[in-house]
Amino acid sequence: MTATLDRGNVLEREPGPLDGVPDWFNASRQAGWARFQELPMPSRRDEEWRFANLRHLDFEGAQLPDPQSMGEHRGASGLEKRAARIGFFNDEMNEQELNLPEGVICLPLRLALEEHSDLVQEYFMKSEYPLGSAKFAALHQAHVSSGMFIYVPDGVVVEDPIEIFHWLAGDHVITFPHSLIVTGRNARVTVVDYFQSDTSARNAWAIAVNDLVAGPGSQLTYLALQDLCDQARMIQVGNTTVARDATSKSFILNAGAAWARQESRSCLEGENAHSDMLSVSIARDEQEYDQRTFQHHASARSYSDLLYKNTLYDGSRTVFSGLIMVDDGAHQTDAYQTCRNLLMSEAAEASSMPGLEIKADQVKCSHGSTSTMIDEGEIFYLRARGVKPHIARQLVAQGFSVESISRLKNKALEDLVLSFAAREFHRISERVGTR
Amino acid sequence: MSLVITNLHTSIDGNDILKGLSLEVPPGEVHAIMGPNGSGKSTLAKVVAGHEDYEVTGGSVTMDGQNLLDLEIDERSRAGLFLAFQYPMEVPGVTMANFIRAARQARLPEGEEIDAVAYYKELYEKMDQLGIDRRFTSRSVNEGFSGGEKKRNEVLQMMMLEPSYCVMDETDSGLDIDALKVVAGGVNSMRSPERGFLVITHYQRLLDYIEPDHVHVLADGQIVRSGSKELALELEKKGYDFLKEETPVAS
Repeated sequence: MTATLDRGNVLEREPGPLDGVPDWFNASRQAGWARFQELPMPSRRDEEWRFANLRHLDFEGAQLPDPQSMGEHRGASGLEKRAARIGFFNDEMNEQELNLPEGVICLPLRLALEEHSDLVQEYFMKSEYPLGSAKFAALHQAHVSSGMFIYVPDGVVVEDPIEIFHWLAGDHVITFPHSLIVTGRNARVTVVDYFQSDTSARNAWAIAVNDLVAGPGSQLTYLALQDLCDQARMIQVGNTTVARDATSKSFILNAGAAWARQESRSCLEGENAHSDMLSVSIARDEQEYDQRTFQHHASARSYSDLLYKNTLYDGSRTVFSGLIMVDDGAHQTDAYQTCRNLLMSEAAEASSMPGLEIKADQVKCSHGSTSTMIDEGEIFYLRARGVKPHIARQLVAQGFSVESISRLKNKALEDLVLSFAAREFHRISERVGTR
Repeated sequence: MSLVITNLHTSIDGNDILKGLSLEVPPGEVHAIMGPNGSGKSTLAKVVAGHEDYEVTGGSVTMDGQNLLDLEIDERSRAGLFLAFQYPMEVPGVTMANFIRAARQARLPEGEEIDAVAYYKELYEKMDQLGIDRRFTSRSVNEGFSGGEKKRNEVLQMMMLEPSYCVMDETDSGLDIDALKVVAGGVNSMRSPERGFLVITHYQRLLDYIEPDHVHVLADGQIVRSGSKELALELEKKGYDFLKEETPVAS
């Protein structure tokens, strides 16, 4: 605890300016700090925090990582074929392997600020964060010094995914992972963010921002795989803007952490813009996942489809709140939103709050949420083939999440997510299988 | 050595369904059970497989001397019993290949893994034999399958698990004649001196393709008549109504 007191609580002390970064970036840090100070802590009365367990917003003792404590990340092995692999240990880059087409910028934020200051400034934290965590986005802005800037110029296709590993280690450590991904006209890229930790990350925090800017006709796929230790907590705010004829696909997996809150906004800004928002959460013990989404149709003839699937064991909780907003004039829009919960325990609790706000004509919108227990008929069928009850339940629960995973429509990515999910389902199954 | 059902009584939600059913299926034989709707045919299949909704209120079921009623559903399967479902369940997100693999894996000793190459070779051979497109391996179990595809899938599972005793619950329902021939061909290819079959059907048609050694008539929870395969033809001609004129024989 002495080390903690020495560096002070990050919520109480203003971060100083960084050396070797453009003035605008230090000004942005300052502005972030000012905004953080100005905004109130979330309260029960806030609509955006309805059903949320505010007890988790405990930053007592939170401290920036000790730069001396650099170590190896020991996260997932990841994909076989990749265009780049970058590793961060408590926000310090410790691994970099690049095999990218010419013209692609894929740099840690500090280097990107040195070499492409104007370009970064054009996109850096330009969006609003309207889903409840503006205060924490501001804290992120005040502290961020690391993360990745990825820019794929017009017409450039990055075939294999770029993998970014964020490893969290140490008691009460707080990190600010940042991913800013921009695709030019008709460009294509896939980025996978891994958030992992060892069990030393007790009361540790990751406050992450991922901003995605999909240029006209481009295809941007983003995956966040969250498998932190059971004592860590995470807030991730994500903002995606999708231009005309562009397709964005985002996927969130929750398998770890005591509490994770994700706020994902997708803004469809041009005709024929397309956004898929996908998620799978596997909650057990006292884990809580709190997800807020916003499908914002600012343009006519745009399309969005959201499918979140949660499997809840034990006394776990999930909260889903989704809003579809169709702006005045955004006619002939298709917007769909589905959240499905599979309750594996009577003590588990899933809350869903779907919402629609339509100010245009000729729109096709639907939203729905279901919570069901496991189908005993399916279990009987599997058991009648000799499969043991706990394996049968594991297979059915795992199968439930496949619907969302398969929408990635990419075998390597589907296999990657499935391997994470399968490992978690297996871990749970082996635990309860002994009873 | 037989599948022996003795004086079996069962009920569901307080209603008695089977009322003293007795039957013996020795290895190497095919026994057909026919009967009108509501006679207890499907109940018999489910009770033998261990469905938990049914309460056994009397009697016994043994398989090669082992008391099946003492075993869990999955233990019965691993002990060598197979139930081909009348209405096979859809299992979203679980591929056919993984489903059958899990069933095979369950039969291996702890810590032993399936040889994936040999497994797929065998799976493909049997799918070819049943005329099932190989692409079905990566489809979710029974999801979006036609009636015929579901029944073929049941027979495929039966062939992959090589049970000692097969209980087939109205495997012919929902099949056109071509599918019926394929399914029956699969069943016939599995007939052997070591394996017994209990084929439950409403119609005689199936028995043209799977020729039974014995035919039993089930009515109101009891076997009311037993005979050779000609009994099935007689039933086909006269319908089940003639049974009402006869008093049940004690079995």
